[in-house]
Amino acid sequence: MDQFFQIQDIGAIAPELEMAIFGMILLVADLLIEQKRKLGWIALVGIGCSASFLVLQRLRDVDVSAYGGMLVVDPFSAFFKFIFLLGAALSIAISLKYLDIERENHGEYYALILFATMGMMFMASAVDLVTLYIGLETMAIATYVLVGFLRNNQRSNEASIKYFLLGAFSSGILLYGMSLLYGISGSTKFVEIAEALSRRPLTDPISLMAMITLLAGMFFKIAAVPFHQWTPDAYEGAPTSITAYMSVAVKAASFAMMVRVFMVAIYPLRPEWVPIMSVVCVLTMTLGNIAAITQSNIKRLLAYSSISHAGYILLGLIAGNETGLVAIPMYLLIYTFTNIGVWAVVVALRRKDVIGEHVDDMSGLFFKHPVSAILMLIFLLSLAGIPPTAGFIAKYFLFAAAIETGHNVLAVIAVLNAAISIYFYFRIVVAMFMREATEKTGLVYSPGVLTALGVAILFTIFIGIYPDPLITMARQAVVMAF
Amino acid sequence: MIEILFFFFAALAVGAAINVLVQKHVLYSALSLIVLLSSMSGLFILLRADFLAVIQVIVYAGAIMVLFVFVIMLLNLPEDEDGADRLRWLKFLGIPLGLFFLFLTVITLWNVERQDIVEAQMAGTPELIGRSLFTDYLLPFEATSLLILIALMGAVVFAKKDL
Repeated sequence: MDQFFQIQDIGAIAPELEMAIFGMILLVADLLIEQKRKLGWIALVGIGCSASFLVLQRLRDVDVSAYGGMLVVDPFSAFFKFIFLLGAALSIAISLKYLDIERENHGEYYALILFATMGMMFMASAVDLVTLYIGLETMAIATYVLVGFLRNNQRSNEASIKYFLLGAFSSGILLYGMSLLYGISGSTKFVEIAEALSRRPLTDPISLMAMITLLAGMFFKIAAVPFHQWTPDAYEGAPTSITAYMSVAVKAASFAMMVRVFMVAIYPLRPEWVPIMSVVCVLTMTLGNIAAITQSNIKRLLAYSSISHAGYILLGLIAGNETGLVAIPMYLLIYTFTNIGVWAVVVALRRKDVIGEHVDDMSGLFFKHPVSAILMLIFLLSLAGIPPTAGFIAKYFLFAAAIETGHNVLAVIAVLNAAISIYFYFRIVVAMFMREATEKTGLVYSPGVLTALGVAILFTIFIGIYPDPLITMARQAVVMAF
Repeated sequence: MIEILFFFFAALAVGAAINVLVQKHVLYSALSLIVLLSSMSGLFILLRADFLAVIQVIVYAGAIMVLFVFVIMLLNLPEDEDGADRLRWLKFLGIPLGLFFLFLTVITLWNVERQDIVEAQMAGTPELIGRSLFTDYLLPFEATSLLILIALMGAVVFAKKDL
């Protein structure tokens, strides 16, 4: 029997272990500590520890394959893990005060975020179907609970049950595809699956069946049209801080999984999946943007906007060249900063008696909180992809990748969609700057929200002006992995 | 002999699965589900996956279904009145799409090369499964324990009045 476990393997999963340990510490500390906000700080310490282990792993700069090829520690997974940790940390920062207002500040909330992040980290590292699926379910189950965390709020309950049912269904479809892949190759390892697939003809019916079910399952997870229906409801009903977490970390994890599976395991089928993905990409971008125009609830509007962003990111996979693959982690990191900024403002809108989810709740924000309104403007510009914000760099790379590989039509449609998106982002801007302030207008600041805003704006502008370090990092992450 | 048994269990499973869907009363659906799961375990035995078959009966047909039936009886659900009128048109979409998927599956399986099908060489005994769980699949196995912890915690979060 070959080496299935060595003591060094513990080192390979040290960041994940750290998250699990701190998650369990939180569960115990929940019983001992009265002031629940302190638990949030413990969670942040946990994320910090995990991040430092991640950095240590990178400093040693070796690609390790651990647990007999179940997972790898490579720059690609490290980059994504960094996105997850960042998303988790910033989401916790904006939820500290928010949960007090919603009167649902419990230790389980922070523990679940840590466990969900741990699942994502396994997903990013997994090069084996079983590990991948366990990571995915760990993330998904924790997120179902977090979506329904406002237990006395009917909308939150409804969102949770919808997300749970559709999520379980899509996991089932995904598993069906995985089992077919196992049936074809006799192995759960990505590399061996790719080898078995490349020995078969392209039109082999079982391979195609596996590919189609995998595609459907993955499209569910990244909320691509036509598998997007759960997104607006889940995003609207969930606690706002969790919506932020879902739109950055959960989405990034799903894309990490997708890139690994599609660029390694079923890469031999690439000529077959690119056309399907192109159609879905166009539908996702267009429908997401058009549906966002009619929304008046900010959370729903941003949910549709996040659907359309998933469509843009698919361009990177369709292009499949170096630029495209570099663009995916880069886009997700930039999107994390920008989106957390937007959500931090939306979280601050929630006050004791004001739900603060309607676009009208933002009217005249500029006159009451000029700095926040200007920050929000910059974040929205970045989401729309207007220079000199970071969002421009992200979109530039994706569109360039599409053109480099000859997908000119897709690139044109993507640019048109970016133009449409400016319209509904500016509905928020118009409300903030042009309308009179009402008595409902206002924000509640907390140190956490301010920190998140600060970090978000710093990087949104910094990356926009000086993107070179990030591009180098993303390039390293991708080139060494694929 | 094996063919006869296979068709018997397969027909039983499909029939029970259809019955789960068409029954008006939830309890009857749950009971047909037990039949479905038991005949599935018969199929597993034919595939020489003994351990899986036993687990299927103990965990699914046994423990989980008992819970199901308990909950249904405790809740004392009224008979389904076909309430969701709003979703009725989905039937007309769902049935053709389902049939289409069935058609695709049949075509796919029909075209499988005979030599691709390998008969299981070893029985899936507990010993073999245990060995592979603690060697090749050690990491997913350990990670599953955390997954279960999270599910447990989730249930507590939703069910407990004051956290």
